[in-house]
Amino acid sequence: MPFSDEVLARLDADADQIIGQYPGSRSALLPLLHLVQSEEGYVSVDGIEFCAAKLGLTEADVTGVVSFYTMYKRGPVGEYHVGVCTNTVCGVLGGNQILAELHQHLGVGDDETTPDGRVSLEHLECNAACVYAPVMMVNWEFFDNMTPASARQLADDLRAGNPVTPTRGPERLVTFREAARVLAGFNDGLATEGPAAGPADLVGLELAKEHGWTAPEPGPAGNHGAGNHGAGNHGASDHAKEPR
Amino acid sequence: MTDILTPVLTAHWDQPDIFTIDGYRRAGGWQALPKALGMSRDEVIAVVRDAGLRGRGGAGFGTGMKWSFLPKGDNKPHFLVVNADESEPGACKDVPLMMANPHLLIEGAAVASYAIGAGHAFIYVRGEVLHVIRRLRNAVQEARAAGYLGQNILGSGFDVEVIIHAGAGAYICGEETALLDSLEGKRGLPRNKPPFPAVAGVYALPTNVNNVESIASVPSIVLNGADWFSGLGTERSKGFGIFNLSGHVSTPATYEAPLGITLRELLELSGGIRGGRRLKFWTAGGSSAGILTDQHLDVPLDFESVAAAGSQLGTRSVQIFDDTTCVVGAVLRWTEFYQHESCGKCTPCREGTFWLVRILERLEHGDGTEEDLEKLLDICDNITGRAFCALGDSATPPITSAVRYFRDEFIQHHKEGACPFDPAASTVWSAS
Repeated sequence: MPFSDEVLARLDADADQIIGQYPGSRSALLPLLHLVQSEEGYVSVDGIEFCAAKLGLTEADVTGVVSFYTMYKRGPVGEYHVGVCTNTVCGVLGGNQILAELHQHLGVGDDETTPDGRVSLEHLECNAACVYAPVMMVNWEFFDNMTPASARQLADDLRAGNPVTPTRGPERLVTFREAARVLAGFNDGLATEGPAAGPADLVGLELAKEHGWTAPEPGPAGNHGAGNHGAGNHGASDHAKEPR
Repeated sequence: MTDILTPVLTAHWDQPDIFTIDGYRRAGGWQALPKALGMSRDEVIAVVRDAGLRGRGGAGFGTGMKWSFLPKGDNKPHFLVVNADESEPGACKDVPLMMANPHLLIEGAAVASYAIGAGHAFIYVRGEVLHVIRRLRNAVQEARAAGYLGQNILGSGFDVEVIIHAGAGAYICGEETALLDSLEGKRGLPRNKPPFPAVAGVYALPTNVNNVESIASVPSIVLNGADWFSGLGTERSKGFGIFNLSGHVSTPATYEAPLGITLRELLELSGGIRGGRRLKFWTAGGSSAGILTDQHLDVPLDFESVAAAGSQLGTRSVQIFDDTTCVVGAVLRWTEFYQHESCGKCTPCREGTFWLVRILERLEHGDGTEEDLEKLLDICDNITGRAFCALGDSATPPITSAVRYFRDEFIQHHKEGACPFDPAASTVWSAS
């Protein structure tokens, strides 16, 4: 269904703001597609027409771009779009089992949505969180160190509308459309929520602090040799290394 | 003697507000940009070159050298593009860095833009990491409000705008020329080189494309000097880097260490292989680097030594697999990934990865034959060096290395008519 005048006016203003950031207007196409996805929950023919008209492109050209990128959906997905990483590390550590169990639990196949429209499911490739394997994403927020039981619970909570908190992300989970709006370039005010880093990313730092391992102090003028080491227990015990 | 771990990029990740401008300043942040602005552009390029910083995205090309390739006095707009499309299987260094300490990257981007004379810096971040995008955008806003970005920065006359650009899901966009096409609003297809981006990058204008970790290393180099950085690491692989240890280790973890640390040392830090099991195979630099085995425990993880061992340092994405893991199944999954992510532009990669998957499936299910194994290697041979871009070349090392080290296991599948492994034994919960 074509956009109403009111929606169109809003999209127009948002789109102009996005386009204005770029030295070349076509660079705004990916953000604009995220924007129309935030309006309808997927990229419709109307969304494609809108983007093409804004940027002076053909609809065929825009459609070709849409089909290239996996994050653009061509039909409605769930309010909560759930991905299970099944690339090798996550898959071997249990992602394959989690995905299989979720298919069964939710009664949907890959890229399908539950009848209530709440949850859709897909398998993901590596999402850059391998030290937290098996990893799941919901609306592109991290859910780390998942198990079949925690995955089922997550799916149930999403369907029931219970509050859900990503492992490394804001305190509340935004909807698929809200997430798409952030991707388009609009802030939702949640940037300062959540932890700076997860526990696995702090293991090395904590170990270094415990042993007093540091990078060397710079030389006096900031451009001398690396001989002047930071305070601490250099090359402690069995972890000692010879200089190279 | 250098300490075994040397946190610099990761040094303040335990500070709960490090992602804010106040938190970053408290940790000594936003001091490198003023210092750089007091230097000439050539001096900034020289310190990065003399430090010996090599591209942290995998290729290992000299960062300062790359910067120096941009034409000078050409009166054309220049661009910096930060490749934040981290998608290599096993790689999880840039995404946590940007989530924890986005200002470090933004400051590095501002310094790099000054050095190459760029008026715009794009940070092309994969779309699938929503909170990272929020944090980056927030950091840009804070930095702009504080006068570190925008017009006439700190009264220097230098202007730069930093734009956070979210991708939309495509591994190929980590390839720098595909990234540039994507940034121009097109399908992310790789371009012919030459012309290289330094001559004709985004909008066909001089462009520098650098990895997140490379750019994030710049502020510390500017502040502490070239010798400080080059005093760490090995003879030709200078400095420190982030190492991610994932998979069947007692403690999956992120470490920052001088280049040249070994897997044996990393495993000692990590408590070894989980449940007292045996190391079977691992990657040094993500799946594209191919696999190594327990005979490579003492290979220094630097560019040269890993290459000499037949693999690549890549993104220092150390994925560990113990003896419960079927190497055929592991390689099949990676190969499915490359098939899925092949952009389709060139025939060797598009058709080759398709057939690699078909044959590996047959082999994994025990329906394959020894002839299939030869066919598999033959197809690899026809992709390597014949694909349009590095993605095709990346698809074959996992297969060729697996056959090199575990040929018997491929044959065993064929002999038994089935996979001899129980996938349940490899899961995290099987150990508990």
